[in-house]
Amino acid sequence: MKKVLTALLFAPLLALASGAALHLDKAPDVQGDQAALQRGAKTFVNYCLNCHGASFVRYNRLMELGLSEQQVKENLMFTAEKTGELMRIAARSDEQKIWFGAAPPDLTLIARARASEAGSGADWLYTYLRSFYVDAQRPTGWNNTIFPNVGMPHILWESQGLQVLGKNDHLELLVPGKLSPAEYDKQVADLVGFLVWMAEPDAGFRKRLGIGVLGFLVVLFGVAYPLKKAYWKDVR
Amino acid sequence: MASHTDFEKYKSDGTLQGNLLEWIDARFPATSMWRGHLSEYYAPKNFNFWYFFGSLAIVVLVIQIVTGIFLVMHYKPDASINANGIPVAFASVEYIMRDVSWGWLIRYMHSTGASAFFVVVYLHMFRGMLYGSYRQPRELIWIFGTLIFLCLMAEAFMGYLLPWGQMSFWGAQVIVNLFSAIPLVGEPLSIWIRGDFVVGDATLNRFFSFHVIALPLVLLGLIAAHILALHEVGSNNPDGVEIKKRKDVHGNPLDGIPFHPYYTVKDIVGVVVFLMVFSIIVFFAPEGGGYLLEYNNFFPADPLKTPPHIAPVWYFTPYYSLLRAMVWPLFGLDAKFWGVVAMGAGVVILIFLPWLDRSPVKSIRYRGPIFKTLLTLFVISFVILGFLGTQPPSYAFFGVIPGAPIAQIMSAYYFLFFLTMPWWSKIDKYKPEPDRVTM
Repeated sequence: MKKVLTALLFAPLLALASGAALHLDKAPDVQGDQAALQRGAKTFVNYCLNCHGASFVRYNRLMELGLSEQQVKENLMFTAEKTGELMRIAARSDEQKIWFGAAPPDLTLIARARASEAGSGADWLYTYLRSFYVDAQRPTGWNNTIFPNVGMPHILWESQGLQVLGKNDHLELLVPGKLSPAEYDKQVADLVGFLVWMAEPDAGFRKRLGIGVLGFLVVLFGVAYPLKKAYWKDVR
Repeated sequence: MASHTDFEKYKSDGTLQGNLLEWIDARFPATSMWRGHLSEYYAPKNFNFWYFFGSLAIVVLVIQIVTGIFLVMHYKPDASINANGIPVAFASVEYIMRDVSWGWLIRYMHSTGASAFFVVVYLHMFRGMLYGSYRQPRELIWIFGTLIFLCLMAEAFMGYLLPWGQMSFWGAQVIVNLFSAIPLVGEPLSIWIRGDFVVGDATLNRFFSFHVIALPLVLLGLIAAHILALHEVGSNNPDGVEIKKRKDVHGNPLDGIPFHPYYTVKDIVGVVVFLMVFSIIVFFAPEGGGYLLEYNNFFPADPLKTPPHIAPVWYFTPYYSLLRAMVWPLFGLDAKFWGVVAMGAGVVILIFLPWLDRSPVKSIRYRGPIFKTLLTLFVISFVILGFLGTQPPSYAFFGVIPGAPIAQIMSAYYFLFFLTMPWWSKIDKYKPEPDRVTM
């Protein structure tokens, strides 16, 4: 117990030492752009949904991105039978822990969890997925500038190419990938957009409903305030 | 109560409704309660903006109870890991957010309601300080109110564990560990509270039980006592003068108006405006920039991964700052123990306020420059303590002015404000109180 307490006492200090200069690039906002979110979904199921689950999301929810049930089934469902199933993975987290050193986190909420004072969760993910570099000292051969000693290898390396850490910790593209840097940024932006959507699929509806609720309250105020005035006209 | 009912007063007018009401009144004080607490409860006519927050606290209480009832239908207090490697409790909250119809709305109303509760209660308490509402004969109203505040803190703290995210887990870990600082009994006491050596399934289940049954029951009882005591002595007002001193021929206060309909229609306006602010947060910023729903709490609880910075939710941070301000061991006892004492004393000292204040007038309107200056400084120090409580202890303003000593100065001021009050409230200058309230 004492050790836990001591750790707790010093934890904030360590945080300040390590997280002081976290600079994040602003992620493009693609919410509402269905084509971008569909592309993001495609990248997600092809690259992420092998090690990472999204175990709170049902496949049929993807139909909200403008896809038909048939399209979801044929293009985005590789391991599930029914569209009502959750986006689970076969790998077990305790086994993954042995393979990678840490179990890959469920990604359903990652875009909300990664928000901080430095920027939104989207900004963090957008920067993170573009900050991998080759590091021979790591078991996977990869490292990351905003997530030092990261357990995950660079899964999108074929698209981006190989980056190395140059002068002043500046990332340099050593070997170009299949995509140009601008195209790669776009791919990541779409993927991050999908992760943001997935973290709260009702967010768009929530905001639209909010406008309506506020409109109703304005009308209600228009009734309540004259009512109060009428009752109080003789009080002085 | 029944013995006080004046049956002549409640005689039926001969209509069916009248007869029915007479039948009820002979058996239950329906009309008598309606009149005593609403239609013939005379409240001062000069209530201002600050007097909205009592009724708003009741509105938030109802929001919390109703949304809470529906959340309990789907929430599962279970720390075990499901097939996807996620704790069941955490997964059940996300299930509510995604698969339960309107679940996201109910959950956001509940999470926003928790913060709203503290906003209205803090403002309600501050109103009491502005106008001396705690003074004789309202000491018991104030004491019940302080106990409500204490109970609310426990309610919020236990509720915060339930989503079983990283901040839920580690926040509870830090706070429960505080009890271990108490000499001799501390360690077994903290184990007894957790029901385990670490925060775990036993802790989650008992916190759930306390959050949904025990504390709401206590809270409702205290609120009933708070309102009964208020209606016994009558409300204070921004002038701090007693309206019961001057009555008309019917024995009703000259400056009083019936709570219903005057203050019911007025409070409806307050409720609508409150709901606008509430809705803006629920629908457009439910996370409140990480202050209402902490970002780290979207990670499931992991007992093996300590978050880099553990901060309580904003409404606890002034008291958390008092706790952290104590860094010196005294009398052979750990600094942490004195921190716990400071945090507890910070709340308990409020109970003594009616006897610490020795001013001849109640309201700030007739009090002097010393009170006005010191109260302003008190608010500033409270806000600074609150802000620093959200930051790591190493925080520095503008990167240069260290926060820790400032938190200590503000903590000292917090206590000195109360402890020296008997002295400065006596020597302050006062204006004469008016006989009647001013509009």
